[in-house]
Amino acid sequence: MARITASVYTSHVPAIGAAIDQGKTTEPYWVPLFKGYEYSKQWMQENKPDVIFLVYNDHATAFSLELIPTFAIGTAAEFTPADEGYGPRPVPKVIGHPELASHIAQSVIQDDFDLTIVNKMDVDHGLTVPLSLMCGQPQAWPCPVIPFAVNVVQYPVPSGRRCFMLGQAIRRAIESYDQPLRVQIWGTGGMSHQLQGPRAGLINAAWDNKFLDRLIADPEDLSKVPHIEYVREAGSEGIELVMWLIARGAMADVAGGKPPVVKHRFFHVPASNTAVGHLILENPS
Amino acid sequence: MALNKPYLDVPGTTIFDADQSRKGYHLNQFCMSLMKAENRARFKADERKYLDEWPMSEEQKQAVLARDLNRCIALGGNIYFLAKIGATDGKSFQQMAGSMTGMTEEEYRHMMISGGRSPEGNRYVGEDGDAQAHRQPQGKAGRA
Repeated sequence: MARITASVYTSHVPAIGAAIDQGKTTEPYWVPLFKGYEYSKQWMQENKPDVIFLVYNDHATAFSLELIPTFAIGTAAEFTPADEGYGPRPVPKVIGHPELASHIAQSVIQDDFDLTIVNKMDVDHGLTVPLSLMCGQPQAWPCPVIPFAVNVVQYPVPSGRRCFMLGQAIRRAIESYDQPLRVQIWGTGGMSHQLQGPRAGLINAAWDNKFLDRLIADPEDLSKVPHIEYVREAGSEGIELVMWLIARGAMADVAGGKPPVVKHRFFHVPASNTAVGHLILENPS
Repeated sequence: MALNKPYLDVPGTTIFDADQSRKGYHLNQFCMSLMKAENRARFKADERKYLDEWPMSEEQKQAVLARDLNRCIALGGNIYFLAKIGATDGKSFQQMAGSMTGMTEEEYRHMMISGGRSPEGNRYVGEDGDAQAHRQPQGKAGRA
């Protein structure tokens, strides 16, 4: 049977991708940020999964206002890095896992979550920046990736509670897959940031760190935080953090298992307009 | 019954909800078209002509031509869509975000390196934080 070995949480700031692509990672501005991911790259090499289930949001790239799915699962064989206006990022194509993705879609939909199934989609920085942060600049990504896009562009986005419950359904789906795959689930986006209006540049490090504490220790309680608190405390774009609750909901302790082991925790301000947060949680084997 | 909007009392912030989305549909779809290199080239060659191909309001077109992102947002634009205009201009997300505060690029960058904008005084309309309406524009521009 397939199982979830670990969950990874990270911001997906586009400027981080640009810094990697343009060889700026050793500039003083970027050094502290990339230092926080050195352990993570090492950990990835030592704990290479068979599949990554990657929760992210599309930033008006694959989905315009023509179509706004709340939850969309990528079931294609491959996904091309998108041209977001600067030209596509020079990163490898993302290879999917159509069999497992379709299995998860079938299971989760029957578990009352109405996913949109996507067989053709380009992927933007929301998906490729976390891969770059965790894997560096390889010729090919280390394993297949199932993209899972959440609407956080047009309000209302799904509630933290809904995301947390969805994570639990995804875990049940993965554990009912009939092959011994080791799957990691990643939750990306955030932390505090606001990209619009006179309040642009808002950062709330105290709130962010409390979020990390609660995500580790009491995600059930954290999932009850309403949208308005994210907006008021973490900025209008800080609401991306609800996606972390999908990954957290898929961990073993939520279904009565042992608590996860915190392998790594990192926080840094700023990357461009954003507070960067990062966690690696392992399920005890 | 009207939609419940608990987010209208956050200063300096427009939540892109169903009403804004409806208002800004063509503006945002115009932005989306700039994801194609050939459209970026056509837009740059004659902005007004390119904008006239879209059923946008004159106000929306003027806001785009002036690169007034706050105005674009008030007229239904969403920052992730508007970012395509910035990309076409070769601007970073930080330059775009900063432009909405009235600060110079350098002032905004300095604020971010110093830990960003504090939430203190910026949670509710009517407080005295730097994002409140009575304190715009920010930076040197506001002191002039």
